[in-house]
Amino acid sequence: MCEEIFKDLSDAVKNYDEDLSRILANKVIKLGLDPIEALEKGLAKGLREVGDRFGQGEAFITELIAAAQAMEAGAEALNEEIAKRGARRKAIGRCVIGTVEGDIHSIGKNIVVTMLRAAGFEVIDIGIDVSARVFVEKVKDSKPDIVGLSALMTTTMNKQKEIIDALSAAGLRRNVKVIVGGAPVTREWVEEIGADGCGLDAADAVRVALDLMKERHV
Amino acid sequence: MPDLRFLSKKEIEDIHTASLDVLEKTGVLVKNYEALELLEKAGCIVDSQVVRIPQDLVEDCLKRPPSSLKLWTREGDRSLSVGNDNVIYNPGSAAINFIDRNTWEMRRAVSQDLVQLVRLVDALKYIQAQSTAIVPSDIPEEISDLYRLYVILKNSSKPIVTGAFTKEGLMDMKRMLEAVVGGSETLTSAPRAIFDCCPSSPLMWSDVTCQNLMDCADHGIPAEIVPAPQIGATSPITVAGTLVQSNAEILSGVVISQTVKSGAPLIYGGSLSSFDMRYCTARLSAIEAMITACAAAEIGKHYGMPTHAYLGLSDSKTVDPQSGFESGLGISLAALSHINIVSGPGMLACENCQSLEKLVIDNEICGTAYRLIEGFSTDISVLAIDVIEKVGPGGHYLAEKHTRENLRKEHFIPSDIICRMTPDSWRKSGSKNALNRAKELTDRLLREHVPTPLPKEADDYLEKVFKDILARYEIPLSKLPSLE
Repeated sequence: MCEEIFKDLSDAVKNYDEDLSRILANKVIKLGLDPIEALEKGLAKGLREVGDRFGQGEAFITELIAAAQAMEAGAEALNEEIAKRGARRKAIGRCVIGTVEGDIHSIGKNIVVTMLRAAGFEVIDIGIDVSARVFVEKVKDSKPDIVGLSALMTTTMNKQKEIIDALSAAGLRRNVKVIVGGAPVTREWVEEIGADGCGLDAADAVRVALDLMKERHV
Repeated sequence: MPDLRFLSKKEIEDIHTASLDVLEKTGVLVKNYEALELLEKAGCIVDSQVVRIPQDLVEDCLKRPPSSLKLWTREGDRSLSVGNDNVIYNPGSAAINFIDRNTWEMRRAVSQDLVQLVRLVDALKYIQAQSTAIVPSDIPEEISDLYRLYVILKNSSKPIVTGAFTKEGLMDMKRMLEAVVGGSETLTSAPRAIFDCCPSSPLMWSDVTCQNLMDCADHGIPAEIVPAPQIGATSPITVAGTLVQSNAEILSGVVISQTVKSGAPLIYGGSLSSFDMRYCTARLSAIEAMITACAAAEIGKHYGMPTHAYLGLSDSKTVDPQSGFESGLGISLAALSHINIVSGPGMLACENCQSLEKLVIDNEICGTAYRLIEGFSTDISVLAIDVIEKVGPGGHYLAEKHTRENLRKEHFIPSDIICRMTPDSWRKSGSKNALNRAKELTDRLLREHVPTPLPKEADDYLEKVFKDILARYEIPLSKLPSLE
């Protein structure tokens, strides 16, 4: 019964079916099944598979986003249930992620957020148009393992450097890994501004985040 | 559907009238006695091999060939329609050279190159027909045409564009095709191969090609009449003048063919080149040659005949930006002109060289060209008013079902021959240029693609017939290079 419904959840994500994902998540709760298990063996598994297909060039970004949204639809109810039970999903690591000041682009950031969640990260999404000051505060408060700075435009990517400098000035830089992302970001830029890595696409961002977690535990 | 046109109806009629004048006043030189006899009987004036053809006879013969034909796979399970607006790409034919896959140098082509090319074409989606694309230097010349067909029949199911090199060659090749398909009736009712029959410009039919054309007509084999004038050298320097002459050459072929058998299947072809006055080369990729090729096909369509042209090849000596640019232009123009059989992919160096890497790149261009001429729909469902409303100002379309549903329907998704990566991802994957990527894809296709084998019975029969023919030339099959 469990396995069957988990597979249905996974399939709902793979078929980009938000409604079914929500219905099945509520069914899981009604049946009293473990919401954490439903999340990991069901929804997240489905999204990881679509993510893998995207990495292979078999699925496209529009499908990856649709799968991510289907996962989110079901995850909302499951997360509420997890909180209600006072349980916690054992996270690989904690990320704070936002789009930098002056930039209101959210598509790329949102997909990375969902992909990171599917991979088992706890993600605190602090939204768009986020100033260096707010990034510093959030890092201070939440003590994440990784902070992610998204910028779509060449005119706003300079803010990524500003935020890293602000983290250093606040004495927080040593305790957190910084990933930058967005269309104009390159490896050279990562080195120039002293970041720790960059995701060239959503799937790559997850891979880089996992690598950085290993570094932290060494 | 987008449609490229250079000529108005009136202009085509003017060219037609001028060609009729040429045939009646100047005439064509025909070096085949059987043809001369037939033509004289049909009402032509024959004066020491020069045949002057009355206009009425040309007009009458033009009404007879079918407007389209079907070209079948080896197994006879699928056919391509040759006619109307259908476009079929096949490799440029009869190259004597080959771009070596390891050294990138141009060298004489050998039988193993042909085997690889045929297997590769079998795997390429947008190259829908095979052609006897290479003349291998390690095969005795007198049986080269037969050997090329033998290699194709053993290694691919796709329909074939070919030609014979000798007077007897065509009938021998017919026997080989019959061996594979199971008899002459099957072959006549469902042809597997088209044969090129080329007049020699200006205004000549050699003994061999004329015999081939007559044999095709006699046995219901589709013949592609392919004049190859070099503009400025073997045809007038003007596009219109070349069209008048090459059209006259094709019309003379129509008369020869239809005099042998009324209703014999024909294709209005062309291998147009511009004679380069600086380097004395035949430039098939000169823009004027491409214009002439497209305009010639318009004349063929006006006659209601299936059409053919040499387009999509390049005069570059290597796979480089020039080869990409010239082939891209030719393949696209051919598609926009809706030429039915387009020979050229893979070819370099003025019709003299084949490259597998170029063939793989050209396959991608052909796919793009098919997309080009598909156009797009403006049905209410794709006008997308609902989804525009749903997304609204400042939203995005990536998450919409409408996007997912129409992506694969309306968008051609290229292979990795076309680099679409970010500069970083590209560097990370080895900074490969299109040629490197084409080589990798070629390697992979040659390694992984398994052509449908020729059924045992057909294979045995083909071996027997081929050995029989070779015996006439006193060449044992065991003396030829192995196909493995």
